[in-house]
Amino acid sequence: MRETLQLEADVLVLGGGLAGTWAAVAAARSGARVILADKGYCGTSGVTATAGPGHWWVPPDPALRSAAIEKRLATAFGLADPAWMARIIELTWQTLPTLAGYYDFPQDDAGVTQYRGLRGPEYMRAMRRLALDQGVQILDQSPALELLLLADGAVAGARGHQRQLGQDWQVRSGAVVVATGGCAFLSHLLGAHTNTGDGYLMAAEAGAALSGMEFTTYYTVAPVHTSMTRSMSYAFATYYDAAGHELPIPPGPGSTDALARALLQGTVFCSLHKMPADVRAQLPRISPNVMLPFARQGIDPYTQRFEVTLRGEGTVRGIGGLDVVSDDCATRVPGLYAAGDAATRELIAGATSGGGAQNSAWALSSGHWAGQGAARHARSVGIRTQAAVQGAGEAGLRPRTRAAPPPLAAVRQLVTAEMLPLDKNYFRTGAGLRQSLTLLDDAWQAIRDSAGVDGADRMKWRETAALVASGRWSYRGALARAESRGMHHRLDHRQTDAALAHRLVQHGVDQPQWQTPVSTPQPEEQPA
Amino acid sequence: MIEWIVSDRCTGCNQCVAVCPTNVLEAASDGPPRIARQEDCQTCFMCELYCQEDAIFVGADCESAQPVDRQAVLAQGLLGQFRRDSGWDEWASDPRYANEHWRMDRVFLLARALASAQQTG
Ligand SMILES: Cc1cc2nc3c(=O)[nH]c(=O)nc-3n(C[C@H](O)[C@H](O)[C@H](O)COP(=O)(O)OP(=O)(O)OC[C@H]3O[C@@H](n4cnc5c(N)ncnc54)[C@H](O)[C@@H]3O)c2cc1C
Repeated sequence: MRETLQLEADVLVLGGGLAGTWAAVAAARSGARVILADKGYCGTSGVTATAGPGHWWVPPDPALRSAAIEKRLATAFGLADPAWMARIIELTWQTLPTLAGYYDFPQDDAGVTQYRGLRGPEYMRAMRRLALDQGVQILDQSPALELLLLADGAVAGARGHQRQLGQDWQVRSGAVVVATGGCAFLSHLLGAHTNTGDGYLMAAEAGAALSGMEFTTYYTVAPVHTSMTRSMSYAFATYYDAAGHELPIPPGPGSTDALARALLQGTVFCSLHKMPADVRAQLPRISPNVMLPFARQGIDPYTQRFEVTLRGEGTVRGIGGLDVVSDDCATRVPGLYAAGDAATRELIAGATSGGGAQNSAWALSSGHWAGQGAARHARSVGIRTQAAVQGAGEAGLRPRTRAAPPPLAAVRQLVTAEMLPLDKNYFRTGAGLRQSLTLLDDAWQAIRDSAGVDGADRMKWRETAALVASGRWSYRGALARAESRGMHHRLDHRQTDAALAHRLVQHGVDQPQWQTPVSTPQPEEQPA
Repeated sequence: MIEWIVSDRCTGCNQCVAVCPTNVLEAASDGPPRIARQEDCQTCFMCELYCQEDAIFVGADCESAQPVDRQAVLAQGLLGQFRRDSGWDEWASDPRYANEHWRMDRVFLLARALASAQQTG
């Protein structure tokens, strides 16, 4: 192994997706020296790059804005905060158009420039260029493995590995932004294979809390054996059972319940024959990747029926993540900030998915605020390079015993087997959750005792530890939420319980503890 | 998942090695990159998009490797389909491949109207 690459920065951003790049840009614009490290390549990695994020896009008309907020509050089931909603709507409205020059915003048939929805690959290519132009130093193929802590518990950088160079890296910084995305539990959700919850684990080891981790029950339809979880086409879907009988499943976003039930009964087929001819012709220009699997399998989805499945999204278009305790998206650990899917989106979406509009607006806005907050923090404390630091990482890095680790593939298999099946995760019961939790707890103990190796497997063990940790927080939350609320369905508690109309916040890694919510942070009023 | 790097098209620029989010490929000193960790491929098609030589074929199946009929891939024009439809590089000024992502919201609205017309009609 080569010598460790040692670097210094005011702000270190972990994760180079939508939230991470906006954080890096905002920090750099505040005058900070910024390093951004991504597990993969900043520009193609993460779920933004493979999708087509439409942002929450509401003109600055007070009536329109309050109507938009009211509408989303109605599906937030008591967990969201209208002031945070107003903030992200406003910042998104002001910020997106500033990408002109990096992203070629098209005009519609009437010649009006369209800002709300961007194509993922072009958006992330633009964000990479913008970040580089702002002087951000990007470390690609450089997964972070652990945070560095000062003796007083403040975060002072991170350590990781440059996997194409076979070299470790260490960055000492005044502040760190965690923007490592959500945890999709290796579900084959498009673009989500690097989103294994690493940031949750790293931050929790440093003392940060997590909120809303029980909301991991969002699923998206895809042709079976493919990763193509893009949903627009399914707004025209007709579904059939194996015998060819049409199933009473409504097309579009409200279909998950019925589709999940049908999939538990047997195979389900789909046809897109109801898609109008003009939309079929436009489809490759709207989302160029949607037709790729069909073309490659020789399937004409407009005349032929194809088998479908549901892909779990974990916390991606689920909701949970790191708890933020101030309006600049700080965690309760000094020097540590969270943005995008790495943070809980309950503040803006409540118990209902923020996919489709809010998540992107949140990634942009929380990235912005976290970047600025981190830059401010770094300015006030400095980098303190002389002070001693300690790596906060444990599971998968520093085993407690000398026992041989279980096979990596078996542990990863266990995670997918407990966190993805519809009858365990979508339709939940107390007994089922407890059973899964026991298996996940055992896997956690095994990792803590024995996993920690050098070389390429180190990152995989760290990912696996994060997957298991995320699963444990999720099912622990799902058990505590002995009710049904928003996307969280308990077959044994079908009613919503007014006593649980609050966020569930936990901290700790080996033995997570509940924490009384700090009360929803109240952002300052923003002039419209 | 990634199945084929077309050696007589590949120039060995190794852009695909750099951009792969899951580090599937390994640069080789003599010729095209090696598909070193196919099982890590997440089937995101990004390597195809960034390959200006259209020298990469990613299969539809993201769960297991599948045999590829290379003649059929070539005959059906599947190489470079994603880059072309995305209007990248030399396709940038071709109006047939313009970015019409903005239509998505209207398509959703249309679908909803069709569905409710069907319910009431
Ligand atoms: C198919 C699909 C369509 C969607 N459509 C919409 C939409 O239309 N509107 C909307 O609002 N939302 C949408 N969403 C949700 C939205 O895309 C996400 O909420 C948003 O992109 C999250 O951005 P992010 O930066 O937090 O995460 P990501 O873009 O996933 O970025 C996370 C990054 O962190 C990196 N990373 C992970 N671990 C590490 C580590 N250990 N070290 C370093 N780097 C690491 C990853 O490689 C990745 O690049 C969609 C999601 C999907 C899956």
